[in-house]
Formats: sequence, structure tokens, C-alpha cells
Amino acid sequence: MSCDDKVDCGRRRLLVATAAVGGVAGVAVAVPFVASMLPSERAKAAGAPVEVDISKLAPGEMMTVEWRGKPVWVINRTKEQLESMAKIDGELADPKSEKPMQPDYARNATRSIKPEILVAVGICTHLGCSPSEKFKTGAESGIAADWPGGFFCPCHGSTFDLAGRVYKGKPAPDNLEIPPYMYLGDARIVIGKDKNHSDD
Amino acid sequence: MSKVNALLQGTLNWVDERFPLTKLWKEHLAEYYAPKNFNFWYFFGSLALLVLVLQIVTGILLTMHFKPDASLNASGVPVAFASVEYIMRDVPWGWLIRYMHSTGASAFFFVVYMHMFRGMLYGSYRKPRELIWIFGMIIFLALMAEAFFGYLLPWGQMSFWGAQVIVNLFSTIPLIGPDFSLWLRGDFVVGDATLNRFFSFHVIAVPLVLLGLVAAHIIALHEVGSNNPDGIEIKKKKDGNGIPLDGIPFHPYYTVKDIVGVVVFLMVFSVILFFMPEFGGYFLEYNNFFPADPLVTPLHIAPVWYFTPYYSILRAVTYPLFGIDAKFWGVVAMGASTMILFLLPWLDRSPVKSIRYRGPLYKGFLTAFIVSFLILGYLGMLGPTPVRTVMAQICSVIYFAFFLLMPIYSSLDKCQPEPDRVTSK
Repeated sequence: MSCDDKVDCGRRRLLVATAAVGGVAGVAVAVPFVASMLPSERAKAAGAPVEVDISKLAPGEMMTVEWRGKPVWVINRTKEQLESMAKIDGELADPKSEKPMQPDYARNATRSIKPEILVAVGICTHLGCSPSEKFKTGAESGIAADWPGGFFCPCHGSTFDLAGRVYKGKPAPDNLEIPPYMYLGDARIVIGKDKNHSDD
Repeated sequence: MSKVNALLQGTLNWVDERFPLTKLWKEHLAEYYAPKNFNFWYFFGSLALLVLVLQIVTGILLTMHFKPDASLNASGVPVAFASVEYIMRDVPWGWLIRYMHSTGASAFFFVVYMHMFRGMLYGSYRKPRELIWIFGMIIFLALMAEAFFGYLLPWGQMSFWGAQVIVNLFSTIPLIGPDFSLWLRGDFVVGDATLNRFFSFHVIAVPLVLLGLVAAHIIALHEVGSNNPDGIEIKKKKDGNGIPLDGIPFHPYYTVKDIVGVVVFLMVFSVILFFMPEFGGYFLEYNNFFPADPLVTPLHIAPVWYFTPYYSILRAVTYPLFGIDAKFWGVVAMGASTMILFLLPWLDRSPVKSIRYRGPLYKGFLTAFIVSFLILGYLGMLGPTPVRTVMAQICSVIYFAFFLLMPIYSSLDKCQPEPDRVTSK
């Protein structure tokens, strides 16, 4: 900014200072506007742990419970299903569950505390659809002739095995999330809470 | 009579001294000279304006009865879903207004797609009309946002899961993605907070932006003048009064012509409205007649037809790149597939504007582009299979090749000479 006869530098400085202060005020008022769209205190307070009774869950069956507005699956896997899972490591993107999609106590071959009982968040790690169960094996499933049973996401075609591990070359990048959970007895589990920490 | 006339003239003079009413009328209608050779393709601009008005009027009426509330009523049905059913069954003529609005959404996209294709056919985006094209593209994006926000409101299964997928698209953006999705949703899952803010976006924020953009689009058009099917500038040949030799006043010539278009359009619109408002599940998807259930995704999930080409491109990307997930690149490809249209005025290096004088190379590429766009749209309605994914990948490559190779093939093409004056075919 050059000062010559036509420009009154004192006034120009005052104008610049006024605009700058006004601009700061404008930006400052945007903060509460933008922040008002974040989850409210009420939304944050929701999401208490849920207790589930699994005594009536027969082998090969699955139940869905709601935790924090999301579907959580509890599946009682049969011996054959557990055996078939061990054979497909080569087809999976993260067979050893190396990515942190589960608590440490579920970082094992079956991704669970008790081998047969799987607890997983039924939300596809791609774009958040809920995959559908495809427990039927082989061509009958409509997926592949050598399909060992698992889950298929109807939105974009990602497939998961019976431990929620994602197959290679699918849009979903990660295995299904295993929520924190713990056993309250032989047939009662609580989702959203474990021995290490209570989530809320 | 002459007394009445004098009174009217006096009133007009009174207004004109305070507001440029006659001046605006002349500039934009009575003395706006448009090329005399407009054809069928030129109906769609005015039709888009008509549908905009229709959507605003029906939208205002629907807002009087709709409740953006995801909580369950005494019968266990979400209030928002129930209020749409209430409009359909109990509000006098509510079914008509709601079907006008839902059919109007599809009509809007049809008309806008045709309008954009007209621009591509005749090079209407070329210099000096780049800003008209850019305003138009922003209108197109705003329209997509408007449709997306509106689709959540009936709170059906497709509403819910469609919003779930699209909001999660943003969570793939590195670093800020997850927080941005959370902010957009206003909750950890799509819920009441999301429904309320989408209602706010749908009924006030986006329509305001749309109206402003439409004004900018038309002001820019009237500043430079309309293109025409020959793609030549009528302002180059003017008579003694400075009026283009090939220009005719927009009013009454094109207002009357557009009324014909409006009548034909309303005939087709009414047939759909009264006899097939769901249009076989393409305008109103069957799964949306079930209330939103956060625990169960419908077995077949697809966006409404006007989004399916982009949805196909999203699904077509299945390879990770540079150590980032395929899902991020799918979102990038989908975003790029719409954003690349902004560059059209600068990608096209042809010496001629109109398809009439372009050579075989451009015509071939344009045909391949349209065919792949339609195939992508079709595939987007179907579930994914390995064969369909490969097809979508091929079509996506053609889609992008049309734009990215355009600087090369449009300049190499063997064009025919443009005429001096517009032609009538």
C-alpha cells in the first residue's frame, strides 16, 4: 500500500483495522454456529451398555441387539463353522486381526472370548450398511460355489467370514468391529463394557 | 377504456421512477434477442424453471403437515414416517401434493440432465459462456444435495440407509473425515438430530442457495446472449439498430414456444403423477414404504435413478492405491466424476462449438460417453456381482476418458466450416 496525495493513509489504516476486527468477530461468531451442529449433551449421554441373555441361542443361530443405535450380532457358531473359518485365511484381508478393530481379548483366531460366541457390530466397515447373514454354504448361498458361510453386504458387495473378517479385494477395508463386552455369567453378556474399562 | 389505460400507464410510470420495472422487462424479455433457430433441446431450460416453482409451492404445502421427528408414536411408528402417511391419507389432496413433489424431484433431474446434454451438444459452455456453465454446475450440485436431504425426510428404510451410506462417504476423507461425518450427522448414528437438520437444509438452506444461483445463471446468460444449435455468435451480424439479424425477442416468440413445451411436459408429468407415481419403484423405492430400521439394511439397496451413474463409479473402485483404502478412492472417483464437468469449457479445444460441425472423433467419444453413462446408471440400480463390477470399471474409464482426452481429440478432429448465419433445419 503506497501513500501518495490521493490516499489518506491514516483513514486507510483505520479502514483496514476496522475490517480486520470485524473479520475476527465474524469468524468468532461462526464457532458457536458450527459447534451447534455437533452431537448434543443428550446424544453423548445416550449409549449405555446393554445386557443380553444368550441361554436360548442355539448353535448356528444369531441374534441382533441394539447398542448405541447400532445392530450388534451375537452368533453361536457350530463346530463345523469354526473349522471352516480356519481354512480360509488366504482369502482374507486381515486374517490375524492385526488392525485395531477389536479389544485385545478378541484378537485371536475366532475374534471372541469364548470360541463359539461371536459378538460383533453389524455395520459394514465400508459405508455403514448392515450386512446380511449368508450362513448357507456353497452355491446355495448365491455367492460362490465354495462359500463357507458368513456375511454379505447388500450395498457394495463386501463379504465377511463368520468371525467378521473381511475378504480381500472388496470395498470394505477392515474387519467388522468387535465391541467391548464381557460375560456376567455363563449365558449373560454385557455389551459396551468390559473389565478393563467401562465406557461411560 | 382510455381512462383505465391512462391510470395503468400512470401507475407504471410511478413504479418506473422508483424501481426499474420496464427496464427489467425489456432487458430480460421483450428486448432480449435470442437466436431464431432454437430447437427441441431448448425447451429444458424453461422447464427446469417450471419444475423449480412446482417444487417450491408443493414443498411449502408439505411443510405444513410434515413432522421431522424420528421418535416413535403411540403405535410404534416413527413420527416422520407416520406424518407422510397422514399427508397421503388424511390431508385433503395431500396425496396429490406429495406425489407432485416426489415426481417433481425425478422430473427435475430429467429436465436438468437434458438441459446439460443440450449444452454439450451445441458447445454452450464455450467462451464466453464459461460462467453460465459453472453457475449451472453449482446448481446441479445444489440440486443433488437438495434431493439427498429431501430423501431422508419420509424416514423409510431407503431414506435411512441411503443417508447412512452418503454421510459415511465423508468419513473416508483422511484425518478430518470421521469428525466431519459426526458433525454432519449430529449424533453417532443417523437419528433424530440428522433428520431435523436435513429438514432444515432441505426447506431453507439449499433452496435459498438454489434461487440465488438460478438468478446468477440467468443474469450471466442475458449478459453474453444465448448460444444456438449452430454454435455461432449472432451478435457478429447486427442490423442498423444494433439488433442481431438472427435474433428475435424472447417475448413473445420464445415465451409462446415454451408454452408448447410446458403443455407437452405437463401431459407426460400428469400421466406419471396419476397413473404411476412410484414409476415401478424408480421414483419412489418400494423399501421406503417400510419405516427406518437402524438394525436391518434392506437386501437390495440402490439410490434413486438420478444418482445411480455416480454410485456405480463409487462401487467400481476396488483397488487400494498409495497405501490408502479402495473406499477412499471410490469416493474420490465419484466426486471427480461430477467435478470434472466444471472443467469442460477448458478441456474442449475444438475450433467449432456445435455437434453439427464437429468431426467423427468427437461424435464417437460423445456417443461412447453417453452409452457408458447410461450403462453406469443401469448397473447402479442392480446389486453388485463380479461381472457387473468389471463392466462398471470399463464404463468408468470411458466416462473419464471422454473428459481427460478431450484436449487431444477435440483439437485433432476434422471439423466442417461453420456457417456465417444460423441455419434452420
